[in-house]
Amino acid sequence: MTSTRATAVLVPVLSVLLSFLVGGVIVVISGHDPLAAYVALLQGAFGSVFNLANTLTVAVPLMLAGLGVAFTFRAGLFNIGAEGQYWLGSIAAAWVGYAVHGLPVWVHLPLALLAGTLAGALWAALIPGVLKAWTGAHEVITTMMMSYIAINLARYLIEGGPMMAPGYTPQSPAVLPTATLPALVPGTQLSWGLVLAVLAAVAVWFVLYRTTFGFEVRAAGLNGRAARYAGMNVARIIVLAMFVSGALAGLAGAVQTLGVNHRLFDAFNAGYGYTAIVVALLGKNNPWGVLAAAVLFGALNAGASAMQMQAGVPAHLVDVVQGMIIFFIAVDGIIRSVLRRTRKEAAQA
Amino acid sequence: MDVVLELKGITKRFPGVVANDRVDLDLRRGEIHAVLGENGAGKSTIMKIVSGLYSPDEGTILLEGRPVRFAGPREAITAGIGMVHQHFMLIPVMTVAENIVLGREPARGLALDVRRAREDVRQLSARYGLEIDPDRLVGELSVGLQQRVEILKAFYRGANILILDEPTAMLTPQEARELFRIMRELARSGVSIFFISHKLDEVMEVADRVSVMRQGRRVATLPAAETSPEQLAELMVGRSVLLRVERGEHRPGEPVLAVEGLGRAARGGRAALADISFEVRAGEIFGLAGVEGNGQQELVEVLAGLLKPDRGTVRLGGVDVTGRSPRQLFEMGVAYIPPDRQAEGLVLDLTVAENLALKDYYRAPLARRGLIDVKRLAERARALVVEYDVRPANPAAVARTLSGGNQQKVILGREVSSSPRLLIAAQPTRGLDVGAIEFVHRRLLALRDSGAAVLLSSLELDEILSLADRIGVMYKGRLVAVLDADEATRERVGLLMTGATAAAPAGAGTAAAGAGAEEVRRP
Repeated sequence: MTSTRATAVLVPVLSVLLSFLVGGVIVVISGHDPLAAYVALLQGAFGSVFNLANTLTVAVPLMLAGLGVAFTFRAGLFNIGAEGQYWLGSIAAAWVGYAVHGLPVWVHLPLALLAGTLAGALWAALIPGVLKAWTGAHEVITTMMMSYIAINLARYLIEGGPMMAPGYTPQSPAVLPTATLPALVPGTQLSWGLVLAVLAAVAVWFVLYRTTFGFEVRAAGLNGRAARYAGMNVARIIVLAMFVSGALAGLAGAVQTLGVNHRLFDAFNAGYGYTAIVVALLGKNNPWGVLAAAVLFGALNAGASAMQMQAGVPAHLVDVVQGMIIFFIAVDGIIRSVLRRTRKEAAQA
Repeated sequence: MDVVLELKGITKRFPGVVANDRVDLDLRRGEIHAVLGENGAGKSTIMKIVSGLYSPDEGTILLEGRPVRFAGPREAITAGIGMVHQHFMLIPVMTVAENIVLGREPARGLALDVRRAREDVRQLSARYGLEIDPDRLVGELSVGLQQRVEILKAFYRGANILILDEPTAMLTPQEARELFRIMRELARSGVSIFFISHKLDEVMEVADRVSVMRQGRRVATLPAAETSPEQLAELMVGRSVLLRVERGEHRPGEPVLAVEGLGRAARGGRAALADISFEVRAGEIFGLAGVEGNGQQELVEVLAGLLKPDRGTVRLGGVDVTGRSPRQLFEMGVAYIPPDRQAEGLVLDLTVAENLALKDYYRAPLARRGLIDVKRLAERARALVVEYDVRPANPAAVARTLSGGNQQKVILGREVSSSPRLLIAAQPTRGLDVGAIEFVHRRLLALRDSGAAVLLSSLELDEILSLADRIGVMYKGRLVAVLDADEATRERVGLLMTGATAAAPAGAGTAAAGAGAEEVRRP
């Protein structure tokens, strides 16, 4: 038991370390000092309150969307459309945030968050979830297609569409102060969304391990046939799991919109929904693991520019490291077998 | 009799287990040597070493007195050792002749010399008395005949040592008897046979010598004539075992399950059901016998709420429950042990405690308002694990780490502890060893004696004959006969299973059985 639990933690950690090792080799080949590069990266990510806040700012949407993806993995589903659900959440939160007037903060802000959450949830559950449950249409295909629709819908809305703010920039009007998530660390972009993300992780853990619904999700995810034989309504579990997953991705979009961007715009920070898949995988679909993996990706993102400035290593190296992490997660069988062999040798010695 | 094959001190280790521990074994020319043991005793491993699939970590193999080392199955075949696996390795869309010569085809230029292949096969089957039509498609043959093709395949490659791995697992009693006849003839003509089995009566019937394996070791080798099933069972398990659980008097009560005119068209790869009517009463075990694929499993799944019937009604204690869901049936007191415990009965990666709660996790006392009472769940699991003798008695163990027998005990504990009115048990002892079978049988009988109705579907005729108070026989989706236990003999039920009518006299059975069995085609 303890050894399998230790392996469960050790394998992703080793994946990350190996990725950094390979990344270091690439730094050497490109004629730079890998140690300096990684020191710069670390400092850029954690070296000051400001840097740490930057890291966590990027981590927050990854945490929330990553929890969502992990939840569907637990149900045996592969929701790769978190990106689309994130955009729907952003759209809904932004609209409620700027278009609804005259509400006090304690009504307006929760309402905007709720709108984003619900929009993401319905985007995942109504079409991909229902199709999967009753026709067996594969959620990988449907969630991906729904993502394209959502992304292009967002573009349309702010590029000449009904949500475009006056002027020439493709963006929505700014959300009202009553719908803005306040900063957690003044002077940084880090908002109270971090608290929401941690609470969401606690909630996901609680749902999975303490509720009958979570029990159904885990059982159906591991063996849908046995779940059906045991009397569980697997179609209902699929739709609800997609709902929860989409809700978390939608909340990620809402938090980003209300806490960081303060409006909907066609931003370079898109892609959280895709990175969230890797975050879920690296976190082994465990809520705490997802939080840790999201912080790692936040750190890579936040530290990359420091690395470029201080060590002269192109920030794109971070992409290489990220790619390597994905690679080593995919081949974690190799790491497992190496672990097994070293343990055996240790036992014999 | 001289020794053709001798194994000396064979040891094979896998990570965490010693599968074979200094095993000595010898095979004499023209003998049938049974290798008997429970699942995991190491009998398959040792045979895979003999047939070149594994290489031993220690020890030597002597073939005709000379040490040999096989780098793969191909070399073992060249040396004259042929293995017939439990699951056939045949290509259904090719003919018998094509399958037999596959890999060593007689060629004319680049093309297969069909005429010579056919001729070779004809000669081979005449020489060994294994009749078969070389031009039939393998997919059209009965399981018994497919096995014959596998045996011929081995001979075509020059085998004079034959390893049969659980060869009767898929056969009807008649087909098994025919196989034993062939085995004896082959032995007489000088072929030496290793016969792997965990069925005592088969071993007693056909083997010259019996080697018993337990926990990777060979614990005894005895002439079959000088041993008894009881002694063999004790050697296998390491303690004395009751081979036939005592069945108390049959005191049937009110009908619990009443099925009338049940029908379902064949679809989705599932066999058809036609006009099935029967009753199962309180305090009785109703056995459902039949060759695999004749609708038993479909019938069982309709009754468990997993398949919807097209016609007919299912009544439970007088209430029409046709088409109700598994959950609704569970709440009305129907328990179900599915035939495939790993794919259908358990969620292998959940804990034992969670698997024990797989059916009633949602209601009191385990849950209230959607929240699971983790403490209650663990407490109940601790009690059930002890009551049903699950080993290790650790509710937090992941189900996958348990042996097959203990996995089945978890399912049995879950289903029986719900105090069902009706227990549907589909092949509850498939793949289990003697000790675990005894446990399951005792529990089924105890449930029956406590007044529940039990529907037992099994491919093991002996199991049905020893447990059931009444026996229904399925053939091609129909319930062709229902017999009382005291009028059901092995021969009679075996014949009914192959589609012979109930009126056929039991005495004429044996002669007709072989022919009858061959006509059965399975999907």
